[in-house]
Amino acid sequence: MINLNDLTIEKAHDALLRGDFTSRELTESYINAIKEKDKDIHAYLEVFSDALAQADIADKKIKDGSATLLTGIPFAVKDNILFDGKKASASSKILENYTAVYDSTCAKILKSEGAVILGRTNMDEFAMGSSTQTSAYGITKNPIDPSRVPGGSSGGSAAALSGGMTLAALGTETCGSVREPASFCGLVGLKPTYGAISRNGIIAMGNSLDQISPFGKDVRDTEIIFSALSKHDPEDSTSIPSELRKSKAKNPEVKKIGVPWHLFKDGVDPEISENFKNSIEKLKNSGYEIVDIELPFSKYSLAAYYIIMPAEVSTNLSRFDGIRYGHSAEGKNLLEVYKKSRGEGFGKEARRRILLGTYVLSHGYYDAYYNKAVIVREKIRGEIEKAFESVDMIATPTTPMPAFKIGEKMNDPVAMYLCDIFSAPANLAGMPSIAIPSGKNKEGLPLSIQFLAPHFAEDMLFAVGKKFETIR
Amino acid sequence: MTIKDVEKLAELARIEMADSEKQEFLDNLESILGYVGQIQEVTTGEIEKKAGEIRNVMREDNNPRESGNYTEKILAEAPDKQDGFFKVKKIL
Repeated sequence: MINLNDLTIEKAHDALLRGDFTSRELTESYINAIKEKDKDIHAYLEVFSDALAQADIADKKIKDGSATLLTGIPFAVKDNILFDGKKASASSKILENYTAVYDSTCAKILKSEGAVILGRTNMDEFAMGSSTQTSAYGITKNPIDPSRVPGGSSGGSAAALSGGMTLAALGTETCGSVREPASFCGLVGLKPTYGAISRNGIIAMGNSLDQISPFGKDVRDTEIIFSALSKHDPEDSTSIPSELRKSKAKNPEVKKIGVPWHLFKDGVDPEISENFKNSIEKLKNSGYEIVDIELPFSKYSLAAYYIIMPAEVSTNLSRFDGIRYGHSAEGKNLLEVYKKSRGEGFGKEARRRILLGTYVLSHGYYDAYYNKAVIVREKIRGEIEKAFESVDMIATPTTPMPAFKIGEKMNDPVAMYLCDIFSAPANLAGMPSIAIPSGKNKEGLPLSIQFLAPHFAEDMLFAVGKKFETIR
Repeated sequence: MTIKDVEKLAELARIEMADSEKQEFLDNLESILGYVGQIQEVTTGEIEKKAGEIRNVMREDNNPRESGNYTEKILAEAPDKQDGFFKVKKIL
């Protein structure tokens, strides 16, 4: 029996090289764990039938000496990342029977590294949500407390990793969709610099915000996955060319950590506030200088996000028309086919965001909402860049509340959106951010701290993250 | 916002919506617009309109894939097709 609990990517890699177990045996262990546990959690939408065949390919690489750190490592992958010949539904009814016709760039990299893709995981429909309750295929439960949500939208990947049903997991972020579930499930979640990891072959939600983002059991795991996936891709016009991938940090070493206290003096769970203050105290005691900072425009991050994102959603999701792929309804004429297919295929939250996006882009409201939000976004980016002239990193709580009960917030969209209030600045500014477990509340639910760094300063996040893991 | 506005947006977005849902959508949209409306109170001052650094982000349009290589695979996903084409209902 392999002890899956203690395993990290590096430990598994060493064990695979030593021959303690094979990738096939490791994969079998996870498939057994899924069989045993996932009926209660529902992290996976599908376990791939070729997982063991992938493991055999990995075992060959290990034998012939061509293995990398990811060779033979089992992954759970969010249902909006395309793998040629595999279903990818974005947890939507409109893509229920859609089979990907090409590999995403991320899939190509994972395949060439010899990673083992166990299956695709549940998510909020089209990644729209913070609790994995808007999936057309049922909710996912939090393995730490199954009466609670795992967070979202990448809740299936988080639950699979937290529940011991995979060793590594990928999600995507548009605004907190990896950091928030990482926080709720006691994991590390990394949102990379916008343009670091290719978006080619992920089902788009908000193109100016989306980014593939890894979960890990620890900081090092997210670092390993990020290092493998972060490279320029000519197939994605927003992928940053190699020569421009330089850290924008002023100092390579983190000494000063800025804390914008004013952003979370209200509306934050008291135990989270207390835990965050303790974490800051620990950082101070281990030699970091803590500096109060003011980010007045960042207060409007979530409002700006909920204008820009729906605008992008309403244009993005117009491709789902019932003609080329996906769900198609009968209609008398072309227009009726469009309207019925989209009306039947999209769930409530997707339709809500499409209508909202249509509104903020329509004549008469465009300037007041969309244009204004774009300007505020630039102001937010500018003020954070300016803050990085005097501090090396910014810390906040990851979420304002711990994992909440299943069913909660479903009838109040704004309450749901507020889960990501601390996530928005990183996504709007395109900067990297990492969420790291920082303790537990009285009920035993995980709490989390989040660090924000300048563009392409992921290394600094990993360094501070690893340090924090030793002092928390 | 009124029910009529919701209907107009649904029409623009090409989404058929049941009458029974319209009130709920109206309430939701009003509450979301109430929240995002706080952006109006931000004073941004004069914004200097300038283009970002200009560089070509498009890949070179060379080495095209051979025509027809993916036709069958892509069409296999289409709900309705004929002779290598997507088939649609009449427009008028």
